[in-house]
Amino acid sequence: MEKFTTHTGVGVPLRRSNVDTDQIIPAVYLKRVTRTGFEDALFAAWRGDPDFILNRPEYEHGSVLVAGADFGTGSSREHAVWALKDYGFKVVIASRFADIFRGNSGKQGLLTAVASQENVELLWKVLETQPGTDITVSLEERSIRCGDVVVPFEIDEYVRWRLMEGLDDIGLSLQHADDITDFESRRESWRPTTLPAKTEPKQAVEAARPTS
Amino acid sequence: MGTTLAEKLWNSHLVRKGEDGAPDLIYIDLHMCHEVTSPQAFEGLRLAGRQVRRPDLTIATEDHNTPTLDIDLPIADLTSRTQIDTLRNNAKEFGIRIHSLGDADQGVVHVVGPQLGLTMPGMTVVCGDSHTSTHGAFGALAFGIGTSEVEHVLATQTLPLKPFKTMAINVNGHLPDGTTAKDIILAVIAKIGTGGGQGYVLEYRGEAIRALSMEARMTVCNMSIEAGARAGLIAPDDTTFEYVKGRPHAPEGADWDSAVDYWRTLVTDDDAVFDAEIVLNAADLEPFVTWGTNPGQGLPLSASVPDPEDFADAAEREAAANALTYMGLTPGTPLRDIPIDTVFLGSCTNGRIEDLRAAAAIIKGQVKAPNTRMLVVPGSARVRLQAEAEGLDQVFLDFGAEWRNAGCSMCLGMNPDQLRPQERSASTSNRNFEGRQGKGGRTHLVSPLVAAATAIRGTLSSPADLEAPVGAFA
Ligand code: SF4
Repeated sequence: MEKFTTHTGVGVPLRRSNVDTDQIIPAVYLKRVTRTGFEDALFAAWRGDPDFILNRPEYEHGSVLVAGADFGTGSSREHAVWALKDYGFKVVIASRFADIFRGNSGKQGLLTAVASQENVELLWKVLETQPGTDITVSLEERSIRCGDVVVPFEIDEYVRWRLMEGLDDIGLSLQHADDITDFESRRESWRPTTLPAKTEPKQAVEAARPTS
Repeated sequence: MGTTLAEKLWNSHLVRKGEDGAPDLIYIDLHMCHEVTSPQAFEGLRLAGRQVRRPDLTIATEDHNTPTLDIDLPIADLTSRTQIDTLRNNAKEFGIRIHSLGDADQGVVHVVGPQLGLTMPGMTVVCGDSHTSTHGAFGALAFGIGTSEVEHVLATQTLPLKPFKTMAINVNGHLPDGTTAKDIILAVIAKIGTGGGQGYVLEYRGEAIRALSMEARMTVCNMSIEAGARAGLIAPDDTTFEYVKGRPHAPEGADWDSAVDYWRTLVTDDDAVFDAEIVLNAADLEPFVTWGTNPGQGLPLSASVPDPEDFADAAEREAAANALTYMGLTPGTPLRDIPIDTVFLGSCTNGRIEDLRAAAAIIKGQVKAPNTRMLVVPGSARVRLQAEAEGLDQVFLDFGAEWRNAGCSMCLGMNPDQLRPQERSASTSNRNFEGRQGKGGRTHLVSPLVAAATAIRGTLSSPADLEAPVGAFA
């Protein structure tokens, strides 16, 4: 993962709360088996609307999304994070994020910066009155700068450290492989294993057919 | 001070305590995979040259984009077919057990785990799917994860996590007739909001919860995520043990006894303190339906479509106005007058045998409203077989409903089972997001009882309405 210290890019005001991951990327785009190339799917249902914020030329190259509260609710699909990243977003700012979305972002190096709703409103104001304004997000200082507005943001200290170091979680956990093996040796015998497979007697499943 | 159930589960799975703000490393007892959120995780393993650490704690099933018709033919949609093939190949390559289309144990992952007896009290259960919270009904710590975490669990059988906060949801009293577990959870979400549970594990407690069957408890825990929570939990009791006993993977003999002895300790201590607590009286509940585009936008069926102007909070007002535009609803319209094009009975919320039985009991001998279609999609192939053994399929078919093969189906419309633009559904699933069931589709979340009554009357209805003449509420 690339190290993240600061980022500067065009801020995009998304005045909507409760943007769920079905909005960020509709289910039809989840059939792909690749990890990249989801930029066309981002906010697909809204992109058809010429007034949608990303269709306005000033915001086209946006890389810092400033959204309403409870961003990323709903489905756990990490595709939502990939779509934002593939489109070019590096940071999402909101007053509240859904837990799974925030977790997924952290793993993928997309910064989710928690700012108060009051400060989100301040940022929206600048971005709407001066479309195309850059936002600078410093992970080092935990600050957001947009025009004359400078506001702080919150982020989990550990995630911050991991992002700044560009560290991969799996590698970090595997450093504790001995602890894992040790834990496994203490697991109770009633805990189930999926193998060998046990099921009820095999039964044939008939295929349903169209009725009309 | 005592500990909560959630804390007990956490502590018993601690591989390593995090130091200096680092997360704890938590062991995972069961990892379930499906075709949509796993391909990139397996690819990640391959690229890094890693193995699956515990294939024997991992299971895969095909559910999200499988067709519910003609399942013996090749899947018509090529990208869906590729995704299913990818899962099958990954399962083969990494030695993972898979239940494929046509297998009696195929079905929605959250129906399959409990049915096989793989979900038990005292476990940690994860899946790349937010409704993994379903398994919390057994007194297991169960939660959805993203694809990076899927890869992490495959490689290490652990997850680095920060402890969750705990919230008690006390549901006192008795549920009135015609109300179900679905109405409890819709009322809870309407009360605390879609973000109200963020960062929390919700523990459902109280008389009304104790009285629920295992399947009904799964319905409640299933939708914890709709309140933003990481997980839902219900302390195991005799209802739980009875449900698990005798299932294919249930412990036997001495193992069973020691398991039950341990499971009985899985309760929140009397002197434990929750980070938050809310109380609901079951006796006050009515059948609940949603009118908007998030699961928190719900009301009792006897209410009318709300007026956005009546919301004090500016963000809520705007959200309500947006929702009504999308849903094509006018403030003041009685919810009972809303005509429904499609009734969907299924999903991991309400696609179990008890749900099918409850709906079948209502429609038996009745006639379907002419302009309404009804899609019945069992949660798993076993549920379908069981329903057929009980003759429920014939009840649905005689009524004029479609009787399909198992899968997620119209819950998320990744397969051909979708709403058309502006088509309106009464759905027993869990999400009424814009476009969730098909582009432009409009979803009202309901219980199986309301779904059945709605299919008869053609407008949102509860079983109690069936005694009133059609048009009585117009
Ligand atoms: S039935 Fe619906 S909610 Fe459940 S796993 Fe499938 S898509 Fe998700």
